Amino acid sequence: MDLRYSESEERFRAELRAWLLNVLPALPPKPSGEEWHARRTYDTTWQRMLFEAGYAGIDWPRAVGGREATPAEQLIFLEETERAGAPYVGVNFVGLLHAGPTLVAEGSDEQKARFLPKILRGEEVWCQCFSEPNAGSDLASLQTKAVRDGDHYVVNGQKIWTSFAHVADYGELLVRTDADAPKHEGITWLILPMDAPGIEVRPMRTIAGSREFSEVFFNDVRVPVANRVGDENDGWRIAMVTFSFERGTAFVSELLSSLRMLERLADLARKIPRADGTAWDDAGIRRDLGHLAADFDALWALTKRNVTQAARGTGVPGLGGSVFKLHYTEARHRMGDLAMRLLDRSSLSLEDQETAEHVRGWLHAMSMTIAAGTSQVQRNIVGERILGLPKER
Amino acid sequence: MDFELSADDLALQSGIVELCRGRFTMDRIRASEETGALDQEMWSELVDAGVFSLRLPEDEGGVGLGCTQAVLVFEQLGRALVPGPLVATHLGADFGLTGIVGMVDRDVSPLLVEHLDSLDRLLILAPDGVWVCDADDVQGGQVDAFLDPLTPLYAAASLPKGQLLASDGAGMKLRGAALTAAYQVGIATAVTERAVAYAKERRQFDRPIGSFQAVKHICADMLVRAEVARAAVYAAGVILDDPSAGDETRAVVAAQLLANEAAVANGKACVQVHGGMGFTWEVDVHLFLKRAALLATHFGSNDERAETMAAFL
Repeated sequence: MDLRYSESEERFRAELRAWLLNVLPALPPKPSGEEWHARRTYDTTWQRMLFEAGYAGIDWPRAVGGREATPAEQLIFLEETERAGAPYVGVNFVGLLHAGPTLVAEGSDEQKARFLPKILRGEEVWCQCFSEPNAGSDLASLQTKAVRDGDHYVVNGQKIWTSFAHVADYGELLVRTDADAPKHEGITWLILPMDAPGIEVRPMRTIAGSREFSEVFFNDVRVPVANRVGDENDGWRIAMVTFSFERGTAFVSELLSSLRMLERLADLARKIPRADGTAWDDAGIRRDLGHLAADFDALWALTKRNVTQAARGTGVPGLGGSVFKLHYTEARHRMGDLAMRLLDRSSLSLEDQETAEHVRGWLHAMSMTIAAGTSQVQRNIVGERILGLPKER
Repeated sequence: MDFELSADDLALQSGIVELCRGRFTMDRIRASEETGALDQEMWSELVDAGVFSLRLPEDEGGVGLGCTQAVLVFEQLGRALVPGPLVATHLGADFGLTGIVGMVDRDVSPLLVEHLDSLDRLLILAPDGVWVCDADDVQGGQVDAFLDPLTPLYAAASLPKGQLLASDGAGMKLRGAALTAAYQVGIATAVTERAVAYAKERRQFDRPIGSFQAVKHICADMLVRAEVARAAVYAAGVILDDPSAGDETRAVVAAQLLANEAAVANGKACVQVHGGMGFTWEVDVHLFLKRAALLATHFGSNDERAETMAAFL
């Protein structure tokens, strides 16, 4: 076991650090929360900069234009971009971390050539049209229907929880193409052009006040059969290919920023006045802060184990992702609760940015134990697939 | 970076797993429950296996391995619930001490010495360093009733001054804390395995209780606690061998904090999964839980560890 980075990995770090130092000052200020078109421009501009410097698709194979960095280099990339305060993946999330890798694994040569370069260059933004009002944790029961009509599928139905739908060019769409087959065997994976006639996007407001999610309605939307990824009715398997990936990596990239957020919360505790000093003088507060530092440190160590296992082909990376997600999201709940306890009545006004970050973090944490497989679904996965406990009948 | 067991590590691990399975069975471990005395033959087998000389250089009769490997060994000893002052004897070897070595913190009250009657030497942790004395020089009467049936306790009114081994005990304490944490991860793992096995076998309402999500989710949480703590403990072992890879204190303290919690919480969860049987003396689960509670008091408390972590923020 070795936690040190090799010479070539350290070289990668030094080059990346120098590049970040050079380009970040040139980046325009980040647009505020609800300016979605400006945010798209900001995130895709950053993606373009990554592309030009050779950092786009850090984990993608070289054959499709990615960097094909080693797992250690990917962790260094997370460490250095976080350290430098570089933008997060933002609206490029689905393209880079979900739809793109799905096309790499399962797309045709034409589909790869058409779509992957534009994701890498930040020219096209993707969204995910998987969940439905009646198909959440039980995603395979989805009912949005696609009927073949010549060289098109005609899609009718409704999707929900589609992040960035209003600024996306394409969507990864799961539809039911065989209503009579068992539920997992009648699903097809389609590439959905978001400008197709018959699509209506209705943003929803989250408990944090933001509007990144939308409902997407389909009324006789025509999608070319050429946009099908994999075979008809094989969409469930294709969706599963990247699900474990989503759980394994999506939350890891947030871990380091959570540790920074914890440090800011500790700074805040040192400033918040209490009877005879500050909140930092309260041993209960200090210990809870310290405990969270232990949790985040341990999760970073767990991440290193997970990526090593993935690189060696031992263990099951998706399952390591479930363990990570369960503990990480629970720790984020605790951090949010601690922030609320610290802030007390200061948490009620969201005018002060320093305060609002932590109050929004408290609210945001509630989405983490729901999105990308609820904690209850994750515990079933851990219980059944790692521990071998029988399924519930 | 390659944060997974090497081929040599795996060989070491399977060796110690086999030793524990073959020699340190629960029947044999529980045999000393009545007397409370350490099984001298078992101790010799631990000595022969190199548990205590593991990190000594080969020219001093050791195996020349690091904390990284010692952590793997102590994890398996915990999984088998091997009793005795394993960590103290291992640390004593660094100072050339042989025989059965115990350990006590001079400043912690009440002054309870574990396994005193079986000890040859006693390490004394004090603010001004690490001291050692002959166990015979410690006046202590056995406590009539004690929590962990396999760890008899002796109340000492005072300790002899002893002989100074090192004026700075910080490094030794960190190594001991890491090995204790490793043992706790072993306990956390063992009780997870026992809970899962029971949940698969025990039937109620015409089905295995492990099929119920209410039980399955307890087991899943046990695995999560054990895995997160294991990652932290392995990292602590690696960082002790290679301080350029991280802060030693931060790594060890985080690991021990999480490992203690995982061992105790999983021990309790294992009792819960076993239902009424889990509350009996007969079923082994309580022995794991009680050892976890005992070890959680070694090298300071979890409140102190959380404070230490806070100081890094």
